[in-house]
Amino acid sequence: MATYKFRVNGNPATVDSWDPEQPLLYVLRNSLGLHGAKFGCGLGQCGACTVLVDGKAVRSCLTPVKQVAGRAVTTLEGLGTPEKPDVVQAAFIAEQASQCGYCTNGMIMTAKALLAQTPHPTLEQVKTGMAGNLCRCGTHTRILNAVMRVAKA
Amino acid sequence: MRNQILLSRRDLLKSGGALIVGFTLGLPSRTPAQQAPAPAVSGGRGNAAPPPPEVDSFIVIKADGSVTLLTSHVDIGTGIAAAYCQIAAEELGIPIERFTITEGDTAITPDHGGTGGSSGIPRGGADIRFAAATARQALLELGAKQLNRPASELTITGGEVRPANGGQGVSVASLIGGKRFSMKVSASAPLKTPSTYTVVGKPVLRTEVPGKCTGKHVYLQDFTLPGMLHARVIRPPSFGAKLLSVDDSSIRAIPDVRVVRIESFLGIVAKDEWAAIRAAREIKTTWSESQGLPGSDGFERVMRTAPAQPDLQVVNRGDAAAALPSGAKQLSATYYWPFQSHASLGPSCSVVDYKESGITTIWSSTQGAFGQRATLSRVFGIPQAKLRVIYMDGSGSYGTNGANDADADALLLSRAVGAPVRVQWTRQDELAWDPKGPAQLLDMRGGVDANGNIVAWDVHMWLPSGPGGDRALLGPDSAGMAQNHGQGAGLMTLNADPPYTAPNVRVIAHNLKDTPLRLSNLRAPGKIANVFAAEGFADEMAAAAGMDAVAFRRRGLTDPRAIAVLDRAAQMIGWQTRSAPNPRAAQGNALIGRGIAYMRYKQNENYVACAMEVAVDRRTGRIAVRRVTCAHDCGLIINPDGLRNQVEGNIMQTLSRTLHEEVKFDRSKVTTVDWDSYPLLRFPEAPAIEVALIDHPDQPPYGAGEAAAAPVPAALANAIFDATGVRLRTVPFRPEELRTALSKA
Ligand code: FES
Ligand code: FES
Repeated sequence: MATYKFRVNGNPATVDSWDPEQPLLYVLRNSLGLHGAKFGCGLGQCGACTVLVDGKAVRSCLTPVKQVAGRAVTTLEGLGTPEKPDVVQAAFIAEQASQCGYCTNGMIMTAKALLAQTPHPTLEQVKTGMAGNLCRCGTHTRILNAVMRVAKA
Repeated sequence: MRNQILLSRRDLLKSGGALIVGFTLGLPSRTPAQQAPAPAVSGGRGNAAPPPPEVDSFIVIKADGSVTLLTSHVDIGTGIAAAYCQIAAEELGIPIERFTITEGDTAITPDHGGTGGSSGIPRGGADIRFAAATARQALLELGAKQLNRPASELTITGGEVRPANGGQGVSVASLIGGKRFSMKVSASAPLKTPSTYTVVGKPVLRTEVPGKCTGKHVYLQDFTLPGMLHARVIRPPSFGAKLLSVDDSSIRAIPDVRVVRIESFLGIVAKDEWAAIRAAREIKTTWSESQGLPGSDGFERVMRTAPAQPDLQVVNRGDAAAALPSGAKQLSATYYWPFQSHASLGPSCSVVDYKESGITTIWSSTQGAFGQRATLSRVFGIPQAKLRVIYMDGSGSYGTNGANDADADALLLSRAVGAPVRVQWTRQDELAWDPKGPAQLLDMRGGVDANGNIVAWDVHMWLPSGPGGDRALLGPDSAGMAQNHGQGAGLMTLNADPPYTAPNVRVIAHNLKDTPLRLSNLRAPGKIANVFAAEGFADEMAAAAGMDAVAFRRRGLTDPRAIAVLDRAAQMIGWQTRSAPNPRAAQGNALIGRGIAYMRYKQNENYVACAMEVAVDRRTGRIAVRRVTCAHDCGLIINPDGLRNQVEGNIMQTLSRTLHEEVKFDRSKVTTVDWDSYPLLRFPEAPAIEVALIDHPDQPPYGAGEAAAAPVPAALANAIFDATGVRLRTVPFRPEELRTALSKA
């Protein structure tokens, strides 16, 4: 059983894993009780599991825990709370950009990284930037509106 | 607000609430003059007229003045929870902020039907409304005693019973808080008149959205219990294959895993989820071969000749066959809709805590907790009284996805290992094994006269089908347990007749005796394919008659609500009148066109028209949907923002189904099992959507979970025809097909 140290949402975290290849997704959800990142495919195809590692959006379902040792991980919980949502979360809430909400984590985390890189993207840039994130409920219009709300601010 | 806490009976009792368990509902019908749909006998599974339900089974008012609504309908992302709170807040005169709602718990909620068929608002909402209206009368009576005024002079606002013309009031909490109403829901309780509504009809923010955006909302997938084990199920490599051998030694290196085998049911249970996943991937097994499927390529031909049940005459008006030759133009065309998956973004999950003696609890994202309890009881031979199904939000399901099967998996495994078990399906499990929305084949024949009158309309449809009754659950099937093998998919045959004046109409359904894939209801079941065919064919008739598509439809409509949505959708898209495909379409290589489709859902519910503008690349056949407009009339609107979200979702999801989705299978298995082989629409393809909601506060409310899906495929096909002169009649629309047709043109 090896031990891995990294930072999660600003705090130090130490986790044990019997398998260095264990994806970060399961470490976050099961060892650290952070359920914001969702299992959607485990194949890197949907984006539901997106988290930030050193500010970059990554698919936690395909990121081995050994790869994040010493890095800084940010999850949806690390952005804000219902009472004090971060600006992207607040935009999603204002636009009611969620139906079942199973994709919402990935949408917000991907948008977060996109906006950090390009603070004022065009609608086309947002569409391209979010192309790897799937939403089955068809909430696309509102998700785009939410991201554009931040982009235009 | 949605309850995130799992209530126990005691919690509710502690707060003085009431618990009425396991009854069925039914109330005398209201007269039409009262203009509200009667509460449904929707939960009833017996034939005897059930007694009217108790107010306390729907509404609990606590000592602090907060209100809990109890319902068997579930939200699962639809926004129904917020709408129910609005309905009850309106009738009760209690501020909506004080409401919470508990959904689908067989131990504490009433059984008034599950989620499905857009019944949540018209039936479930009506039940809530009558319960609240009855409670209101009781509160007025209690207030009358307290205030020494006749009840007729009192009203309830802001959670207080007070004189209508002003003066001191008394709080609802002090009148009933923590106590029971102890009365039956009355079908004659006076209802508020819609013109006085202050809560219903106003946009309400769904209170669970902040939790969903911050990771605080607890999905079923996130739910844990002390001592809970993680499990994966290894499904057969081909349908009906038998498990021959399992080599436990192949996973010896993975810590703390148990292999559970019950005949051909094979599960892995482990303390650590990743261990369960790896073991499920790596375990060596051998299975018998099975080649029983016909394959999806050419399945439309298989359908025509497969053994069928006796013909079902769905519509027979006038004499369609005889009238056909009398049309100045006679047309025929074949439309095809493929098998599709619910394709939930989160694969199904279930947590079960099996108790040999005592109550077994099933945490489930089933759309019908009571129906699921009954099925599990029958299949597992456990009395219903010893099963408790508790709904929790999962990923959107749009019908019956794998959730019910996952419950059975978890129950099998929890029983086998004697500990609470969480089963998480994989992506491949969900796309391969969820019961599917059926394929559908429609032969259309019709005649139209020179003035654009439909003189004959004749439809033969073929549908994979099977016996009625419960759907078989996968795990128990593999485990060799006896069960029903029902194949219900939900009112598949409606909306194949035209919504336009037509004297001679016949619709015949050929329900096949069998189906290669298990079936279930998938958003707008059957209607989506039928409207695709009917509204595509109506467009073909308009073109044959040399008429503009809107003018043709308008001439066949008399209902002003139908005409209103048609006109509105057309106006919003900037409809250009023409009688033949767009003559000067090209913008570079882009061929531009517009199309429209109209329908009335199930022929007696929502009126919806949908128009689109598309661009087709003439070199590649690539279809880009640029704009969609939709005019939607579902009668009285409860929550305009929630409704808009549903309509937008219906449109976007149906574009995905129309452009991309087909479940493929070979002789032994489904082959479209990930997001590459079963692609969904992505952001770059998402068009701008404009929705006009037409409110009719004086009309009964219809559900909006499905209707706006139905006209989308035809509107798209019609727009493509306008752009290119090519008519697509097979879903999904393939660029290759367009490209080939265009290169021939
Ligand atoms: S769960 Fe990681 S991309 Fe789908
Ligand atoms: S809101 Fe359900 S998948 Fe996006």
